Amino acid sequence: MPEANQSSLKLGELRSQLAASRRGFAFGLLTLTLASFLSIVAATGIGRLHFPWETVIGAIGEGLGLLPSDTVSRTPLLVVFDIRLSRVCLSFLVGSVLGVAGSVFQGILRNPLADPFTIGVASGAAFGAALALAFGLGGTSYLGLGTIPLLALLGALGALGLVVMLGRVQGRIRRDTLVLAGIVVATFLSALIALIKALDEEAVSAIVFWVMGSFQGRAWIHVGFTLPYMLLGLYLVLSRSRELDILTLGEVQARQLGVEVEKVRSRLLIGGSLLTAAAVSVSGVIGFVGLVIPHLVRMSLGATHQRLMILSALLGGLALLWSDVVARTLLPGGEELPVGVVTALVGGPFFCLLLKRRKGGVILD
Amino acid sequence: MIRVESLTARYGETVVLHNLDFRVAEGELIGLLGPNGSGKTTLLHCLSKVVPIHAGKVVVSGRDLAAYSARELARVEASVPQRLEIAFPFKCIEVVLMGRYPHQQDFGSNSEDDLRKATEAMRLTDTLDLSHRRINEISGGEAQRVIIARALAQEATIMLLDEATANLDVAHKIQMFDLFTQMNQQGGTFICALHDLNLAALYCQRLIFLKDGRICIDGPTLETFTAENLSTIYQTEVKVIEHPDTGAPQAMFVPGKGSGQPRDLARDRQAADNRQVFTPKDAKVY
Repeated sequence: MPEANQSSLKLGELRSQLAASRRGFAFGLLTLTLASFLSIVAATGIGRLHFPWETVIGAIGEGLGLLPSDTVSRTPLLVVFDIRLSRVCLSFLVGSVLGVAGSVFQGILRNPLADPFTIGVASGAAFGAALALAFGLGGTSYLGLGTIPLLALLGALGALGLVVMLGRVQGRIRRDTLVLAGIVVATFLSALIALIKALDEEAVSAIVFWVMGSFQGRAWIHVGFTLPYMLLGLYLVLSRSRELDILTLGEVQARQLGVEVEKVRSRLLIGGSLLTAAAVSVSGVIGFVGLVIPHLVRMSLGATHQRLMILSALLGGLALLWSDVVARTLLPGGEELPVGVVTALVGGPFFCLLLKRRKGGVILD
Repeated sequence: MIRVESLTARYGETVVLHNLDFRVAEGELIGLLGPNGSGKTTLLHCLSKVVPIHAGKVVVSGRDLAAYSARELARVEASVPQRLEIAFPFKCIEVVLMGRYPHQQDFGSNSEDDLRKATEAMRLTDTLDLSHRRINEISGGEAQRVIIARALAQEATIMLLDEATANLDVAHKIQMFDLFTQMNQQGGTFICALHDLNLAALYCQRLIFLKDGRICIDGPTLETFTAENLSTIYQTEVKVIEHPDTGAPQAMFVPGKGSGQPRDLARDRQAADNRQVFTPKDAKVY
């Protein structure tokens, strides 16, 4: 049986090829995890007030309760742990979930150029935040947290509900109508935001700053607020990564391969939107991370979504973390740039480079 | 194996299938023929529960189609689609392994057994060498064979093929249909929608002709594949001759029966003498 021999020979070869690609993934995972930890510590040491590294590490250790409570004095503890570390962690988390949400939306919409904001979730959040700012609710707080994140989250979820409702045709969610509904809802909400800006000139700069995305003044309370939604969203999408792979082949084939298309797609849609809403509610609208990162990972490591989502999370976190460091240190006077400006300035040209270098064959329908 | 009773399907208000009735026994290899828009794809989609059934019912292996979960159905029926729309750079082996999905648990991953079955399916379809190429970077015919491998990996007893070999070169077409015949002899049931009449006549035992959403002829190939039937259904003149080796009926088409002008062979020869076109005399085999 020469054919059977060929098959078993090939099986061995295939197995080692698959093992090699697993090793490639493990290597990427390890490198990025290590880089993430180092970056979090390093970024915490960077800022207008300079502390020696022993103090930075001591403050982090003390803040986390790993070191005795009198390791460092009050000022470095406050600056390094309470102000900087919380902000660094938050930017990492937001970047991570934007990376994951980007891979989810590109998969469901079967379009490698989709991003977490394609279906209008961001405009919903921006509208919620604009309302909060216009009514002067920015200062009031709920359990020590501003009302902006709350209203932004509500706005994002409301917009999602509206888009899904409009995008249903005969009880089925269709991706083309979904995108159209997203555009309609986003345009309408943008008009409302413009209206708020026109009516309330004092709030304009705050709204603009928020819409461009920023981590200024964010603290541990924001991490605590957004983390549960992030974890829930991550669970919803990561547990259906295999189905997401199959869904990218199209609805018909997915059904014929045994995927309950409606159920799985709604779950992924809700999960992806929850991640986006959680991110936007504490950071504003930060573009390009959710578009560029999954694209980059897919081009270098392949399309299977489990790996894609995990690596996009780490790489997205790293990208946004360093973008935020740039945003808060670039200007000499101590003012900050909106971090969305940094990601767009870096991400735009980088994305063009990616597109130029891409080998053909991608359907953009 | 499959029982279809007064099946009606519609898209919106347009009725695409009218009241179809037929049965498929286990181990049949059926060709589904008919002009464009006759409802072949819709029928296959009804059988695989992609298009909802408007009236009537479909029973598969003694069980109403409505009672199957998507996963259960995918263990019984495997489909090869007509069009491939793969936008993402999956490796071919990953695509074939998707065929193992209906056999896996939630949160499942690919076992050694899945890998073995995927490899075997790729050997049968001559795609092993493509295993680590990206599916969007190989040719249409190669991708089609990868998709056939995926269907084989599903290990279903019923295969629904929608123009599954349309993009393949002649050798691979024959290779695939030889493979289907072999699987058919081991008990597999095949329904193949085809435009290639001669391929259908060569391999299928039974032909079902659809026209305007209705079954107009259903019977053994030898009885139904006649010049008269084909000419009526396809609205163009067709002659039928015997295959020199197998004796299967084969269709010959007659030019000039559509709107175009037939090619004048005498003029071709004359033009060749004036060195304007090539004729068989000029052909060289290298």
